Amino acid sequence: MTESTHQSKQFDEELSGLRTHVLEMGGLVESQIRSAIDVYVTSETAIVKDIVENDHRVNAYEKIIDDETVHVVARRQPTASDLRLVMGITKIVTDLERIGDEAKKIAKGARRVYEHGQLTLPRVTEIRHVADEAVLMLRRGLDAFARLDVQLASEVIHADAKVDTEFKALVRQLITYMMEDPRTISTAIDIVWICRSIERIGDHAKNIAEHVIYIAEGRDVRHTKETSA
Amino acid sequence: MQKENTPQLKAQAREFNFFYGPVQALKNINMPIYDKKVTALIGPSGCGKSTYLRSFNRMHDLYPGNRYEGEIRFYPDNTNLLSPEVDPIEVRMRVGMVFQKPNPFPKTIYENVAYGLRVRGEKNRRVLDDKVEQALKGAAIWDEVKDRLQDLAPNLSGGQQQRLCIARALATDPELLLFDEPTSALDPIATGAIEELVHELKQRVTILIVTHNMQQAARVSDYTAYMYLGEMIEFGKTDDIFIKPQDKRTEDYITGRMG
Repeated sequence: MTESTHQSKQFDEELSGLRTHVLEMGGLVESQIRSAIDVYVTSETAIVKDIVENDHRVNAYEKIIDDETVHVVARRQPTASDLRLVMGITKIVTDLERIGDEAKKIAKGARRVYEHGQLTLPRVTEIRHVADEAVLMLRRGLDAFARLDVQLASEVIHADAKVDTEFKALVRQLITYMMEDPRTISTAIDIVWICRSIERIGDHAKNIAEHVIYIAEGRDVRHTKETSA
Repeated sequence: MQKENTPQLKAQAREFNFFYGPVQALKNINMPIYDKKVTALIGPSGCGKSTYLRSFNRMHDLYPGNRYEGEIRFYPDNTNLLSPEVDPIEVRMRVGMVFQKPNPFPKTIYENVAYGLRVRGEKNRRVLDDKVEQALKGAAIWDEVKDRLQDLAPNLSGGQQQRLCIARALATDPELLLFDEPTSALDPIATGAIEELVHELKQRVTILIVTHNMQQAARVSDYTAYMYLGEMIEFGKTDDIFIKPQDKRTEDYITGRMG
């Protein structure tokens, strides 16, 4: 993004308002994942209610930001870097909203696991680890957006392969449990879903990083060699 | 995403300089004009875009002290439009022009369109009738004026007058049409009609258009050139210029940032 400002101060304010809202939404989504993982790690199922409640706030952000982008397009007809920023934001917001949904799924899944009382099963350490990776991807993706840092975005894209690998390893372990003791199947499947949600968060964070590269340089790196694991 | 082949050249400016007396208004312009495409010239006031446009039909010849340097090649015959040996009247037959303000002659609608043909020596009434009808149809105004061809042109609405001027330019079958801010005096509906017409016209004629309205350049053109202080800063496909310009000066101009 160029440092110089628009002739229209109002336009500058609208764009910076948009950016701020995206970062606020990102911060909220990040805390949603953390809370959801905490439910799994600590068995504090009481906070699931709050997570579900907060997801409405995530959704509200999506609607507000979409509305603001439509407003900017209609009134300002943004071009070049401004156009890429606005288009990129609409895509980033979609990914953020879906990450919010995944957080909600993780929280509800964790609650089911504890309701079943299969306490020998949870792979707490491993899941915490892969979740930290995914959250880090998200946070760095948002940092890359805030600074339009292509290098950082590129690192986020490459980090996704690691999350995918850990996800597959976890699923293999869980399959082993299920084969050894079919009574664990129901809980193991819930845990597989949780892992799956974490893996999807990594995918969405990767998408966000790809949008950042588009905003910064106008290059569409989706589905290219540059981004394939 | 399909790769488009580079279209054929209709004209090309080469090391083109232009001077209003001692003042150099255009500096070393090198730029292709592609055949049957719309090329938009954008840039702030005084950047030289109208000066450049007017060079294509030797408008500057009308004032003493103006001087061209370099060449504007016109294809397929590879004529240098600026060459002193080339008759400007001949150039203007091949390169038509439409101005900012509609400027119909104080004559009938019919005579406005027939004028260029009469200058050329066409006297056959049937040929004239036919050409006038074709030109008016080509300018998308036939249906509105076919029953009153003998009315005075200045009585038409602004948008109609402008389309009449386009018909007048079309009547001599030009190869290149120059538009100098053709819609700046028109309302949005009339502007839309002209833009739609530009889109249709490029089936058969090459178009070079100067516009202050960047969104108009984005809507109607295939190629866009950004000019600043008499220089060609960036030329490229319109999509590239409006999504991802290469030069920071282009970026600042089209995003409305101060330089």
